[in-house]
Amino acid sequence: MSSDAIEPDRRDFLVLVGNAFAAVGAASLLWPFIQQMNPDASTKALSSIDVDLAPVKEGQAITVMWRGKPVFVRNRTKSEIESAVKVDVKNLPDGLARNENLPDEDPATDANRTMKGHENWIIIIGICTHLGCIPKGQALGDERGEFGGWFCPCHGSQYDTAGRIRKGPAPRNMEVPPYAFTSDSKIKIG
Amino acid sequence: MSGHTSTYEPTSRWGKWFDERLPIARVMHGQFVDFPTPRNLNYLWTFGGILTFILGAQIITGVVLAMHYQPSAAGAFDSIEQIRRDVNYGWMIRNFHAVGASMFFFAVYIHIFRGLYYGSYKAPREVLWILGVIIMLLMMATAFMGYSLPWGQMSFWGVTVITNLFSALDTIINGLGTAIVEWLWGGYSVSGTTLNRFFSLHYLLPFVLAGVVGLHLWALHTAGQNNPTGLDLKEPSDSVPMHPYATSKDAVGLFAFLILFAWFVFFVPDYLGHADNYIEANPLVTPPHIVPEWYFLPFYAILRSFTSTFLWVIPLGQYAKLCGVLAMFSAVLIIAFVPWLDTSRVRSSKYRPIFKWFFWFFVFTCLALGYLGSMPAEGVYVMWAQIFTVCYFLFFLVAMPIIGLIETPKKLPRSITDSVLGGSTAMPNGAAASPEKR
Repeated sequence: MSSDAIEPDRRDFLVLVGNAFAAVGAASLLWPFIQQMNPDASTKALSSIDVDLAPVKEGQAITVMWRGKPVFVRNRTKSEIESAVKVDVKNLPDGLARNENLPDEDPATDANRTMKGHENWIIIIGICTHLGCIPKGQALGDERGEFGGWFCPCHGSQYDTAGRIRKGPAPRNMEVPPYAFTSDSKIKIG
Repeated sequence: MSGHTSTYEPTSRWGKWFDERLPIARVMHGQFVDFPTPRNLNYLWTFGGILTFILGAQIITGVVLAMHYQPSAAGAFDSIEQIRRDVNYGWMIRNFHAVGASMFFFAVYIHIFRGLYYGSYKAPREVLWILGVIIMLLMMATAFMGYSLPWGQMSFWGVTVITNLFSALDTIINGLGTAIVEWLWGGYSVSGTTLNRFFSLHYLLPFVLAGVVGLHLWALHTAGQNNPTGLDLKEPSDSVPMHPYATSKDAVGLFAFLILFAWFVFFVPDYLGHADNYIEANPLVTPPHIVPEWYFLPFYAILRSFTSTFLWVIPLGQYAKLCGVLAMFSAVLIIAFVPWLDTSRVRSSKYRPIFKWFFWFFVFTCLALGYLGSMPAEGVYVMWAQIFTVCYFLFFLVAMPIIGLIETPKKLPRSITDSVLGGSTAMPNGAAASPEKR
């Protein structure tokens, strides 16, 4: 008897294989039940929108919806551009451009946050990277924080005129969505 | 008391016939009628019964509300208004449910503080305590999802803020947090899809909760109830049968509690809510001041206290958010470790002269964090939230282990009976009372 207990026999092997098979089967059946919660086909299909920038004068801003998220489009003034350009990237809490149109590792210079030839336009997803509130700063009377960009009322994060985080609990710069200029005054987001 | 056997004896023929086949009446009688209960339980011990009652009430009112509620982004807000205005007695049932959630947390916090004060987590009640922490976590998840259902501004932005907590994981593995959040949302932002699944889970979790409450009671009746002295039951005179003694005391406590409950329901039903939640959810406008329901405020204050510079000198930089999220979850989970963090051999704080003060300071810390959580996250509020966050964790990690080692407890009474009657039970009734011998 004692040798039976030590030496694995054919039955032990069959039990092991059988259990392993059942475990893999159960795990693979679990996947559809997890995957069903991810964004469905109709949600993914709403992928791109066209925006006409002509009515947005210098110093004004508009908010458009893309994939259920607000996108901030601001036509920056000269002084707003200057204050964003002269910031040293080394001193930023988040030194990365966070621009979907550029490689991940590009630094957060003002040029990398905007589009070449259209530096007056800052186009970002208007969601605070802390906990997803919509920062203030789009309307003219809004509080814009110390850096003249956007101010999140929820937990006090402050963004500059290039949408970069400067102060407060948010960890990252507001994201630049994938977009392209289809003409001088029109863009396609997504 | 695991050793307790039921004294139930069926009298009718039918009763005997049934008892031999399913002894449920025997078990119930043994656990809830003649179960030995410490004779010195005070009114703080009635909250277990009160909580069981509220869970039942929440399930009943919830099932009724689900008959009228529409879990969709287009219909949710209007259907709640319809319940309040058009459905027969809908206003009352809806208020029972909404106020009931607040009452549930009010009672559970008293229940937890009572357990902390009297050392109800100490051996052999560790599993009982941990089951309690699991119950609290389930309550929090259920309440959070329930609050999203009216689909008002606070519902929407509360869900946005809390689900976004998981995106903090992006600082560890880029993209992981975002993937989890989109999985929770079923989209790229909080939407009707999110509302639908929250409704499904909000209906499910209370039944899971009821199951864990069953285990909590099982563990309670295995270890036996703690009591204000923290002593074990030693002699028969230490206990009384649960019915009618504990049950009638529970009834008094419950009715007193229901007066408070009814006052909120009928006179100030919206006092504990937020006016912003009567504005329909708008994904483009964040309310100027997002606050969770009052019962989450202390944890919310801990979450927000982690800014890029913590306590003047500690630089957290882009890890501030991750730290805040970890601290908030730790604040709840640390409670599960209390049985091992407390090194004292004495259960009840009644006999712990030093710990008692720290306990009350901890209560104050929680209230202070609650107040700070309701204030805007700026200036002096942030500083105080940081200080009290540190106090919160120091209580568990430093005060609990160290005080247990250095404190000299007061002399304990010989038994529960002694503590009640003052002195020796051997004294004949009516003898001149002698001062307690300590």
